[in-house]
This record gives sequence, structure tokens and C-alpha cells, in this order.
Amino acid sequence: MASATIPARITMPAEARRGEIIEIRVLVRHAMERGLDAPGLRPVPRRIIHTFRATYGGDEVMRMELSPGIAANPYVAFTTVATETGEFVFEWLEDGDVTYERRQTLTVA
Amino acid sequence: MTTHRARRAIMLSRRTAIAAAAALLPWRAGAQAASGETFAAAEQAILAGRVPVTAGISLDTPPLSENGNSVDLTIKVDSPMTADDHVSSIYVLSEKNPFPRVAAFHIGPRAGRAEVATRIRLSETQSIVVLAETSKGIVHRGTREVIVILGACVDGG
Amino acid sequence: MRFAAAVAGCLLAATASAGEVRAPATFLSSDLRALQEDASRHPGWLWVDEGEALWKAAPATARPSCQGCHGDISSMRGVAARYPAVASDGALLNLEGRIERCRAQNQSAPAFGHESEALLSLTAAVALRSRGMPFSVATDGPAARFLAEGRRFYETRQGQLNLSCGQCHDENVGRRLRGDVISNGIGTGFPAYRLEWNAMGSLHRRLRACSLGVRATQFPYGSAEYLALELYLAARAQGLPVEAPGIRR
Repeated sequence: MASATIPARITMPAEARRGEIIEIRVLVRHAMERGLDAPGLRPVPRRIIHTFRATYGGDEVMRMELSPGIAANPYVAFTTVATETGEFVFEWLEDGDVTYERRQTLTVA
Repeated sequence: MTTHRARRAIMLSRRTAIAAAAALLPWRAGAQAASGETFAAAEQAILAGRVPVTAGISLDTPPLSENGNSVDLTIKVDSPMTADDHVSSIYVLSEKNPFPRVAAFHIGPRAGRAEVATRIRLSETQSIVVLAETSKGIVHRGTREVIVILGACVDGG
Repeated sequence: MRFAAAVAGCLLAATASAGEVRAPATFLSSDLRALQEDASRHPGWLWVDEGEALWKAAPATARPSCQGCHGDISSMRGVAARYPAVASDGALLNLEGRIERCRAQNQSAPAFGHESEALLSLTAAVALRSRGMPFSVATDGPAARFLAEGRRFYETRQGQLNLSCGQCHDENVGRRLRGDVISNGIGTGFPAYRLEWNAMGSLHRRLRACSLGVRATQFPYGSAEYLALELYLAARAQGLPVEAPGIRR
């Protein structure tokens, strides 16, 4: 499954002390189309991001399951303990088997 | 032009705005029919027979949501977040949305704190229920009512 | 700039029921005001990021990028506070119109199109460089005619509800209309991310919603009517800060 880029804004520190709890805020551009089917309307198929995953140095540190009840342009904030210098991989899984990915490095002193 | 007339005109616009709002929200119809799972069934499935502790969760939402399209939600669970005692999953449930399961967060001791935030959609005034499951098999339950108010200026353009 | 402010002062004094015109942010809840200032949570920044990328991207026409002529986007500081403005050929242009014209004339590229994601993004990125700066549009000279048109539009009762803009935005300002607080109706936060839209949108999109609200004719994006009104609203906002990209309900 290929990974595409997606407009996203990731707010996290570039550096942290070992053992420090850092907050990560993630905004992503997505309509979260919940699908509409009502009299007089043209049906629109559901197309949402159903899963968001963050790994740190290869280990999953947060996984979120999303539904049509999550606001458009989803926002999530979570925390993690800075353990070692490493790469964060943020992955968004969209209906229809599409995966988007962004990476960011945290330097731990 | 008198104030009285202005007031009448504004009341009229209020009424038409309500009608317009209703027409633009087909999503409200048939609450929870869409998912085939009710709120009660979703909660029972997560609890799996366990009796939740009604303490330990702090839920932060605006008491009055200014637009149901986007409601801030911050969840904090009291937990030491150690290897043998930590929150593993946090579930957000809606009483009245078409889909009762709004979100689930899976975390672990590496989170440092059991604290997450997101923005949710609410179809109408209702209670949000949060269940937090710990590594010791305990489930905490927190709830908060959010009043969804509709704006006057719904969009058609 | 001082002259423009003086003109605006006379203008407001002449509008009998106008009273003080307050910044849109002062009508927002504290939650939304905080969100407007927080780039880590404000979804409008997703458009700003795209606009900054577009600023640097060369068009498909082998012509220079925006940056190629203007340099870094920081050179746009203060520009949004001066629009709408009358161009050398006498046309009234808002910031979107200015960008489209620059694209056509200097980049030989097709217009992005009204309300396109690209135009909203680039406009938001340019407007951000004026954030916090006081509005100071020219209202004299060639702008005077457009200002008068905009003012006429603002003061004329319209639509099935037979309301003028001022009947809500001056005479009933600060009162609640269902869940909303009626603001002074100035457009200093646009393009804005509106919760109702789940997206970024232009002032003209917002004006179309106003027109619909009073059951009046909705004018097209970029129409002469809305451009003149935009200038009048900017004149009402003289001295108030640019809030774009704003957060609106």
C-alpha cells in the first residue's frame, strides 16, 4: 500500500530532555465526508480517515480510531515520554485503503 | 424605521433560519439508525460485564457548543501511567449521534499522561460518555452534557 | 494613511446609527478567540501552509513564481490592510482579485478561480503578513465612487425580509440572534475558517450567506456589488486590526 503525503500541521518540540513528557498536536486537512443519503440529495459515499497512528522509533505510541463523528480537518493532541532521539511516523488511514504519512524527528538530550 | 419593525423583521429571519437549518441537517434524522448499533449496545460491548467506576475522568468541553460541526473535547484520566498500572484505551461515545462510537484512543505507559484532545461533531444537545480502560481491567466512566446551539446564519451560498 | 483615517472618521460620524465599530474578534467567545490565535489548533493554518508553498512554486508557464518577483512572502506585510483598492485601470480589486490579476498579467497563468482552494490559500498566506495591522484602505480619489456604491448597498433594504445590513449590524449589534451575537459585520478576518463551512472561505462567500439570510439576491463571487460593499466594510473597519485568517462560527 503506497503512502501519499497529506496537508498536515504537526506541532511538537524539536528537542526534549530524556524523560520529559511532550505534547504533540496534529491537524490534518480532510473533509471527513460522512456520506449522505437522504431524499432529494445525491448520495455521497463515506470517505473518512478511520485510523491515525503515531510511532516513535518504530513503536506505536498512540492509535486513534475515528468515526464520522470526528470534525472535518481532524485535530488530535496526545502526549509521549521522550526516551531517545528518533523519528516519529504519523500515519492516516483513509477509507478505500489509502495511507498518508508524515515524519518528524525528535532530538533527545 | 422604528425599532419595533426591526424586531419583527429579525424574528421573521429567525424563523426562516430555523427552517433552513432543519432542511440542511438531514443527518439529524433517524438518530443512530445509520450504524446499526445503539449507544447502549456500544457501551455494553466495551464494558463487557464490568461495572464502571464513576470517578477518575475529567472531561473538558464547552457547556454550550457554538456549532455542532466542531466541539472541543479534552479528556484527562487519573492514572500513574506505569508499566503495570496505566490507561490502555479511551472510548468516546455519543448518546444521540447517528454513530454512537465517536472515537477510541489506544495509549500506553509511554504516553506519560493519560490525556488526549480532539474535536467532535454533535448532531444535537446530548451527553458525551467517556470510558477509560486500564491495564488492571478497571473501567472508569465520565459523562458531560453539551448543549448544541444553532447559529442564525446558516449557509446556503 | 492619516488622511484615509480622517476620511473614515467623517464617514462614520455621518452614519447616524453606526456608533462604535468593534473588531469581529470581540464578538467571538473566548474559546474561539483563543483558537484564532493558536496556529497549532486553527485549521486555517492548513490553508496558510499551502499558500506559502504556492508563493514559492513556479507556474506551469515558465514565468517566475510570486517569490521570483516579490521575494520572500514577508514582503507582503501591510498589503492586505490596503485592499480593496483601485488599480491603475480604474478597476476595484480585492486581495483575491489582485492575486488573480498578477497571475494573469505577470505569470501568463490561468486564473485560480473564485473560491478555489489555491486562491483561498494564497490569499490567506498573504493576508497573514498583515495580521494585527490596522486597516487603512484608500477611500478618496478613484475609490470614492466605489465607496458610495458600497455604502448605498449597505444602507438599502433588501430581500423578502426587507432588511438593510445596518438594521442588524448597527441597530441590533451585540444582541443575540439565536446562538449568534450580532457583530458589526466587518470582514477583517477573511478569508476565514468558518465552522459552518468546515473550510476556509472568502468574504464574498460570507456575504452570499448574508444575502440568503435576508432572502435577497445572492451576487456572484467577485461581483461589482460585493466588491463595493467590501470596500465600504473595510472603510468602516479603518484602524481595526487584520484578523485573517480568522475563525468564524
